[in-house]
Amino acid sequence: METTFDFSTITQWFNNLLLGWGLQPWLVTTIECVLVGVGLLLLYALLALFYIYFERKVCAAFQCRLGPNRVGPLGLLQSFADMFKILIKELIHLKNIDRFLFALAPYLVIIASMMAFSVLPWGPGLQIVDFNIGIFFLIAVSSIGVLGILLAGWSSNNKFTLIGAMRSGAQMISYELSIGLSVITMVAFAGTMNVEEIVLAQDNLWFIFSGHVPAIIAFIIYIIAGTAETNRGPFDLPEAESELTAGYHTEYSGIHFGFFYLAEYLNLFIVAGVASLLFFGGWMPLHIPGFDGFNHIMNYIPGVVWFIGKAVVISFVIIWFKWTFPRLRIDQLLTLEWKYLLPINLFNLALMVMIVVCGWYVHW
Amino acid sequence: MATIKEDIAARFPKATFDEADVLLINIPDDQLHELARSLRDDFGYDFLITIVGVDRKDSLGAIYFLSSTTQHTEISFQVTTTDREHPAFESIADLWSIATIYEREIFDFYGIIFLNNPDMRRLFLNIDWKGYPLRKDYDMESNNILSTESERQSDFTNVYTRGADGKIEVAEKAVFKPNDFVVNIGPQHPATHGVLRFRTAVDGEMITKIDVYMGYIHRGIEKLCESLGYPQTLHYTDRMDYFSAHNYHHGLCLCIERAAGIEVPRRAQVIRVIMDELSRIASHCLFFGTYCMDLGATTMLFYTLRVREQILDIMTKTCGARMTFNYDCIGGVMADVDPDFVKDVKALLATLPANLKEYNKLFVGNVIAEGRLENMGNMSREHAIQWGVTGPSGRASGWSCDVRKTHPYAVYNEVQFDEIVMQEGDSMARFKARILEIEQSARIIEQLIDNIPEGEVLAKVPKVLKLPVGHWFQLVEGCRGLFGVYIESDGGTSPVRMKFVTPSLNLAAVVDSITTGNKIADLITIAGSLDYIVPDMDR
Amino acid sequence: MPYEAFKDNEYIENLVQELQASGTNVLVGSLDKLINWGRSNSLWPLTFATSCCGIEFVSLGAARFDMARFGWEVARSSPRQADFMMVAGTIVGRMVPVFRRLYDQLAEPKYVIACGGCAISGGPFKRSYHVAKGIEDIVPVDVFVPGCPPCPEAMIYGIMQLSRKVKVERFFGGVNRQEKEQDFVKEHPVAAEAEKIING
Repeated sequence: METTFDFSTITQWFNNLLLGWGLQPWLVTTIECVLVGVGLLLLYALLALFYIYFERKVCAAFQCRLGPNRVGPLGLLQSFADMFKILIKELIHLKNIDRFLFALAPYLVIIASMMAFSVLPWGPGLQIVDFNIGIFFLIAVSSIGVLGILLAGWSSNNKFTLIGAMRSGAQMISYELSIGLSVITMVAFAGTMNVEEIVLAQDNLWFIFSGHVPAIIAFIIYIIAGTAETNRGPFDLPEAESELTAGYHTEYSGIHFGFFYLAEYLNLFIVAGVASLLFFGGWMPLHIPGFDGFNHIMNYIPGVVWFIGKAVVISFVIIWFKWTFPRLRIDQLLTLEWKYLLPINLFNLALMVMIVVCGWYVHW
Repeated sequence: MATIKEDIAARFPKATFDEADVLLINIPDDQLHELARSLRDDFGYDFLITIVGVDRKDSLGAIYFLSSTTQHTEISFQVTTTDREHPAFESIADLWSIATIYEREIFDFYGIIFLNNPDMRRLFLNIDWKGYPLRKDYDMESNNILSTESERQSDFTNVYTRGADGKIEVAEKAVFKPNDFVVNIGPQHPATHGVLRFRTAVDGEMITKIDVYMGYIHRGIEKLCESLGYPQTLHYTDRMDYFSAHNYHHGLCLCIERAAGIEVPRRAQVIRVIMDELSRIASHCLFFGTYCMDLGATTMLFYTLRVREQILDIMTKTCGARMTFNYDCIGGVMADVDPDFVKDVKALLATLPANLKEYNKLFVGNVIAEGRLENMGNMSREHAIQWGVTGPSGRASGWSCDVRKTHPYAVYNEVQFDEIVMQEGDSMARFKARILEIEQSARIIEQLIDNIPEGEVLAKVPKVLKLPVGHWFQLVEGCRGLFGVYIESDGGTSPVRMKFVTPSLNLAAVVDSITTGNKIADLITIAGSLDYIVPDMDR
Repeated sequence: MPYEAFKDNEYIENLVQELQASGTNVLVGSLDKLINWGRSNSLWPLTFATSCCGIEFVSLGAARFDMARFGWEVARSSPRQADFMMVAGTIVGRMVPVFRRLYDQLAEPKYVIACGGCAISGGPFKRSYHVAKGIEDIVPVDVFVPGCPPCPEAMIYGIMQLSRKVKVERFFGGVNRQEKEQDFVKEHPVAAEAEKIING
């Protein structure tokens, strides 16, 4: 741990620097907030664009194609071109809609995912807000997104969007239970809701290894529920292209659609990020107890790289799902959640509690 | 045949007979329904192939083609009327469900009213369309087709009945129930495979009724054929079901060749059959792809298109085109096959089993796919016959209706292959039937590819082709089912009436009755598994 | 793609000259360049096909031709989110109002490619009672791709021409697209009728 660079030294230094200039504490806080906000937005946009490119390339690889390769080297600038276009594309004004809610919906969706973004542990000390109920906060804000989707579907005054929104509502609220329960399972194991502490608790061994059977079950359920939560295939019913044209965002154009589009990919990152936090140690490098030399080498790789790397690998698995499986039907989807995942999850929670109480987990 | 003729003559003294390649019974209007019922129940002609409307300038008429699903023989009967103002025949929609659609088509084209048909609306043309386009006196410029005003919608349909005083009375009937929540799927919708429109009444996610709207790609091919010479009509068949281009071409060529008495060289016959089967493989491959894409498994499309591209390469080398080949022509085929043809086809056959195995692994054994497809859109054999659902979809319901077996043409009676008949009748069966059909097609090609006889590929055909007076009816097996051609000639260079019987019309018509009670997501599953082609139904 | 290898379209060469004749502001000009770079490299098609050409459009997305290389594979089913419309197939009388409405639903900037004989002139069905003789009377067309159906290579070439056309457009200062649209409406009675319907 000693060798891993702690980012909080920089933030501390910056804070002291501002204070040293004789600025008022409130002003310092404001400046810092603005800087962090800008950084967050930039990072958000960059990451979403990377993800769009990533998915297109991965999908192409699965389909024996090349994928974008003309715009910029290896097609890397493809999603930037898309962004420039979407930014200045016309926002169509529709008749007979609830204008206020229609305009509000995309912002709700994107704000929800941005807020969830803020508690992810990027690296040691590199976290926007760190408080004792971090995980709880994450689950709470990520449920705001569904509100945006419901509003979008309802305010568009279109039957397809309405069906899409209703499906989305049913789906996300159901699968939130599974996400919540599998997270609680891991919280029970970690004994804290603080994101930083959860990461540090995995210093010796990642939870997926130390928590063995219940942790693996929780991970599998989490990844299924997470895929459903982000409306991705095979659970992409709310925007099932062949049934509902484009689902709840059928009527959105220009940057409003762009928000939905970005949020969809960012949610993918958030789900993967939380999975890496809870099961694969967040920014914690891979440590194998006893192999001190190996652990030492691993520590040289910065925490940010570890975190993003893990998230990308997990998102790759989720993308893999999408390009392999056919879509479920709405009743099959709900059956899967309520009849299978939820009971298994409850049982798994009990199992985890028993393991924690009896101390049957892998100790180091 | 003779006994049937005598039997019918005894029962219907007013009937007259016309011996063509299919026995034609002329029957007065008032005995039409009785004859149809008798043919269905007593003589076993239980499958209504089509109803052909005709306009012979002085009279309007309808010719009904029936087939027996056990004997595999055809019979036809005709009613005519000289009343051009208010022509009306008795409907047979109570005997065959599909007659509802056939009669609507004739009403649309000829203005013939069918009494007691429960749904007498126009089928392909706008509700406000003036005139009846397939009548000989129709003015081609009489309708402004470039109007961007949305077409008038009516939630009511008409039912015509004959009142006590012999006059025709009209009653309005609502299409949907008053409280139905109607979702409009199409014409521009990714799941309709083209421009087809389903007005779908739903209760939550449950479908309660579907009203199918066609005609968004109705191009009036049959009318166009009437002004063209026979060799010129051929290319339209490429553009109806563009996947069965070879098969449809084959059918029309066979019909014209039989009428003109042209003998096709054996080499050409074998090449035609190989091409037919290659297009069947390509067509079914594309079906897997687009169907799985509808269900959300996009990747499958790219795997199946790989085989299709391989077949298109073979076709391009020989025919010079990727899609509208125009390869079969009257008297044989346009040109001899490419020197690489045999080698390329063998290479295709060698890789095919591995590809099929991959499709099976990727999709058929998938838990989600099984959950979506099994027991979905069940269609019994009787149901399939009622709606005339032929091809792989009909055979998946246990109806042995492969024209290659029942009415062998070209060299089909010399090759060994099995007709794929399944009993389940659900979407999964329709899917599997196609995979098995690919195997059989490959088997046919395997038997023929080394035995293409030497010789000419094109018989001597007169420069200006005239058919003798008369009418002919030819059936072939397209990729989606039975394809029929009816030609009526007055001895000139162009037909008086050329009717194409296309399987997709039946496939779209049956959607309503097998989706009701399922969820809206299943509409995609069921309609997709029927694999209709929209330009094929609209013609 | 280098300019020399691709300057085979007289129409676009003339268009560029015409635009450059009036000169450009440096700042606005470079902004224009950025916008056009984005627009021309991100052309999302609307999934719209009526007949045979549509199948070739599917082949265009498949591994052999792979339009994803150029970033055209994001086919949107909702016209609000698409940039151009590949009119692949015949447009018949019943389809005309639907087709025009789809065009109206596209968000600006929107482009149309008439793909195949039917969309250009009615093709083999020109003499039919129900077929529109080309879509040019209904919507303004940017690129024509002949063929029946055009092979996928021709379609790729067609979309590349569209991309070049977009690249030389002017977002600031140049002739506004809306003005062009109005000119089109003046010349085509069918479009004028559609305009009237939209405006109530």
